[in-house]
Amino acid sequence: MLTEIDSRLLEKIADLTGKPVGAFNIRKDSGCEARQSTEHIEITPQSEGKSGIVIRIKPGTKGEQCHIPVIISKSGLSEMVYNDFYIGEDCDVDIVAGCGIHNTGCDESRHDGVHTFYVGKNSRVHYAEKHYGEGDGNGKNVMNPQTIVYLEEGASIQMETVQIRGIDSTKRYTKIVCGKDAEGVITERLLTHGHQEATSDMEIVLDGENARGRVISRSVAQDESSQLFYPRMVGNAKCFGHVQCDSIIMGSAKIRSIPEIAANSTDAQLIHEAAIGKIAGDQLLKLQTLGLTAEEAEDTILKGFLA
Amino acid sequence: MLELKNISYTVSTPEAGEQTILKNISLTIPDSKLIVFTGPNGGGKTTLAKVIMGLVTPTGGQIFWNGEDITALDITARARLGISYGFQQPPRFKGITVRDLLTIASGDSKLSKDQCCRYLTQVGLCANDYLDREVDVSLSGGEVKRIEIATLLARHSALMIFDEPEAGIDLWSFARLTETFEQIHREHTASMIIISHQERIIQLADEIIVVGGGELRHRGTTEEIFPLIMADTLGSCPVLNR
Repeated sequence: MLTEIDSRLLEKIADLTGKPVGAFNIRKDSGCEARQSTEHIEITPQSEGKSGIVIRIKPGTKGEQCHIPVIISKSGLSEMVYNDFYIGEDCDVDIVAGCGIHNTGCDESRHDGVHTFYVGKNSRVHYAEKHYGEGDGNGKNVMNPQTIVYLEEGASIQMETVQIRGIDSTKRYTKIVCGKDAEGVITERLLTHGHQEATSDMEIVLDGENARGRVISRSVAQDESSQLFYPRMVGNAKCFGHVQCDSIIMGSAKIRSIPEIAANSTDAQLIHEAAIGKIAGDQLLKLQTLGLTAEEAEDTILKGFLA
Repeated sequence: MLELKNISYTVSTPEAGEQTILKNISLTIPDSKLIVFTGPNGGGKTTLAKVIMGLVTPTGGQIFWNGEDITALDITARARLGISYGFQQPPRFKGITVRDLLTIASGDSKLSKDQCCRYLTQVGLCANDYLDREVDVSLSGGEVKRIEIATLLARHSALMIFDEPEAGIDLWSFARLTETFEQIHREHTASMIIISHQERIIQLADEIIVVGGGELRHRGTTEEIFPLIMADTLGSCPVLNR
């Protein structure tokens, strides 16, 4: 039974109000709260004692959505989840994941997840993952997601990950392997505050001819929080890859950004850009001349940056 | 009406010691007037304009806006009282669109596309091409400058200050811009202070104020002041004077 808190978490992480349309699996406190398969999208539990689900999407499935949110409202709960996605050829689907933790206790709540995608030829996947934590206890909210994607010829994935406040510690690992004519795009948005720590380790391997990869990471570190970014782009064939990391640093925060591009082919074209800086004074002044207070101006700049 | 009384601005640095940027400037600008500040680079024009907006705090003197002493008010408070300022080099914003900026400027969270379109057209931009674009490095200097001016138009403020609005703008857009200034002036909807060296803009002015060496050197109509500017320009060049 979903409580009011559960419903709020679901809205935060998956924009869900009420029962989702299409295929879904709602995981609550390590159990299955609700599950629904459709004609084209089948969701089954993992076998062999592993926790998690297997999602199989039939070839040619287009315009369908699959929601697989996770919510944790028990303080002290720790889980390791494996979700495997098998996406057939010529699909065009939206997958919305995400994890929300409501921790009012003193113990650490922790969700570690491994998502593995096998995307068939010429399929397009849009994958959104939001992480959100709340609670007034002293217990920490911890999330360590791993996402591994294998793209076959002509396949593509647009991955959007968002973590705005609330997660005390996160270690994120994302890897996309692109075959011929495949495209992997990671758009990351992250805001840490207080004493939060976040590490994001990303790797796009451009294996096939004409593969394309792109990492667009924007983050804000406030207060005493710390962030570490390690985006890597590896070109093993004629390919194009672009890594772009932008961070705004505030208060006494610390940010390290270590982009890497590695070419193992003379036809690999790889670019990286990384920047860390505070909010520019003239940006704040400009918005104040438009009638915003200094606080409203800062908020507007951060919201725009992380939009 | 804007009144500046004995405005001074002095800065002190370890390298250069004490430097006076503005010297005891007093000035009254009546409603609905178009005033051009002109004069040599480094003469104090931009500092004087920034003092009016609250971007620079004067070390001496007072500022009155419609009779109210606003010397101690911050930028936001002055903006809300109806003073606006177009930067010479406007900042860029990652993730903030042209529509966002116009919406903030107008104070109307439901600002329509038609209204946005009107402001952008007044500066020679087409809304369809620009509304959803981010005001970031993908825009040219001239485009950012014109968007900056459009944000001032969206504020409908009673006093608009433009710092070199022509800088970086192509001739065609500049012609459209001067039409906009002329229209505002004709409709008596706002006072304008325009910092400019452009003859076309200088000719629109009710009054030209030549600022140099931190002082108001000359004041008068275009007919009175323009010959002085030309004489100053040639007079100060040792090569042309040979």
